[in-house]
Amino acid sequence: MSPASAAAVPRVAPKARLQWDDVRNRHVLLYPEGLVILNHTGAEILGVCDGVRSLAEIVATLEQRYGASGLEPDVCALLDGLAAKGLVLYGP
Amino acid sequence: MDPKPLWLLAELTYRCPLQCPYCSNPLEFAGPRFKRELSTEEWCRVFRDAKALGVLQLGLSGGEPTLRSDLEELVRTAHELGLYSSLITSAYRLTRDRLAALRQAGLDHVQISIQGADAELSDEIAGTASYRDKIAAYHYTRELGFPLTVNVVLHRRNLHQVEALIRLAESLGAERIELANTQFYGWAFHNRDALMPTKAQLEAAWAVVQRERQRLGGRLEIVWVLPDYHEQFPKPCMGGWGRAYMTVTPAGEVWPCHAAGRITTLRFESVRERPLEWIWHESEAFNRFRGESWMPEPCRSCPRKEMDYGGCRCQAFLVAGDAGVTDPVCSLSPRRHLIDATVAQVERGAAAQATPEQWTYRAAPASRALAAKG
Repeated sequence: MSPASAAAVPRVAPKARLQWDDVRNRHVLLYPEGLVILNHTGAEILGVCDGVRSLAEIVATLEQRYGASGLEPDVCALLDGLAAKGLVLYGP
Repeated sequence: MDPKPLWLLAELTYRCPLQCPYCSNPLEFAGPRFKRELSTEEWCRVFRDAKALGVLQLGLSGGEPTLRSDLEELVRTAHELGLYSSLITSAYRLTRDRLAALRQAGLDHVQISIQGADAELSDEIAGTASYRDKIAAYHYTRELGFPLTVNVVLHRRNLHQVEALIRLAESLGAERIELANTQFYGWAFHNRDALMPTKAQLEAAWAVVQRERQRLGGRLEIVWVLPDYHEQFPKPCMGGWGRAYMTVTPAGEVWPCHAAGRITTLRFESVRERPLEWIWHESEAFNRFRGESWMPEPCRSCPRKEMDYGGCRCQAFLVAGDAGVTDPVCSLSPRRHLIDATVAQVERGAAAQATPEQWTYRAAPASRALAAKG
């Protein structure tokens, strides 16, 4: 169960930066004294965290994009993990 | 295939207004080996080559990196390349305007050291009145929106202040405080007898850290760097030799870590003579301890080798006189008695309430004298 409600708006924290790394052909999330090399799914999820869409809208967007359902646990697991490190913030 | 580097520590200069006795810079920093600093163009080429190799994190360090008048230009280049840049500074004489210009140039993160929780002790350890500048600079970083790390090197003379240091970082609104117990290289190795804490001090400080982590939750990240002489197993130094990390010194030598230059049995190449890519992939210094094939026993047959990579090569060289043996910190090392003897000597001194040895401040005249002695 995510600590964030479906209406919460996740965004990448100001101290972190999401970018493409053309040496590894992966997206990376860079932050003070650390980094996460993201897999394709992780990059897709963070890519739609635009600070406007709510968690529910993000899940809906991704489910529509992939013609899938039940993505909420995966999305929440990634975002909550990053939120615990202060790399994702949940706004109203 | 060789691993791709992630981290570059750019030691822009060994000039520094502070004189901390635990400095990790080489003892002979003022000697001819480090004298001719890389130019702006040379550093920018290093950054480009490092990025092409896979580097993503850039530490701008020294010495005192803000003494380089081209720092803004270096930061701008790093930013354009997509490197995440951290300024690692003492903040001595660092103005708000300079920090604002660095922010403008694309600097991502600021780490400011402090030597103690109050001006009296901090300035005494730094050997330079700098506490006031540091506090001012902490506030500037918050005003300018930088993520801030407060860095403290811990040792016998300031471990009792751990709680006050955490409270200070909290009151400044820092994201992180790094409480880094002294690792004994460079000047810290030279001053080891004066800096080595007692076991009781470490236990008391660790109890404070655990309590404060509980109290603060996620508001302030407390990083505790273990004092490895007091551990049973060595640290996974640099995540393994030549795996993720490189240091470029002020005059362009490339080292697998910021202490490796002390290993006299290795030949280190310079970015003035060779491309960075060749140095990373081909040079003897980077390949000598890469992977596992160099490992002697007890590492070779030890399951921990995948966790600690045999520990630290610099420590093996400094303590045991051979960079190719198991880190003597390891309790399985046949040379662990060398570490135990050092720790026991400190405990005996403390039990007898003897006055600890005086340290030598990190300064150019002392450096030249030590370099001349060899």
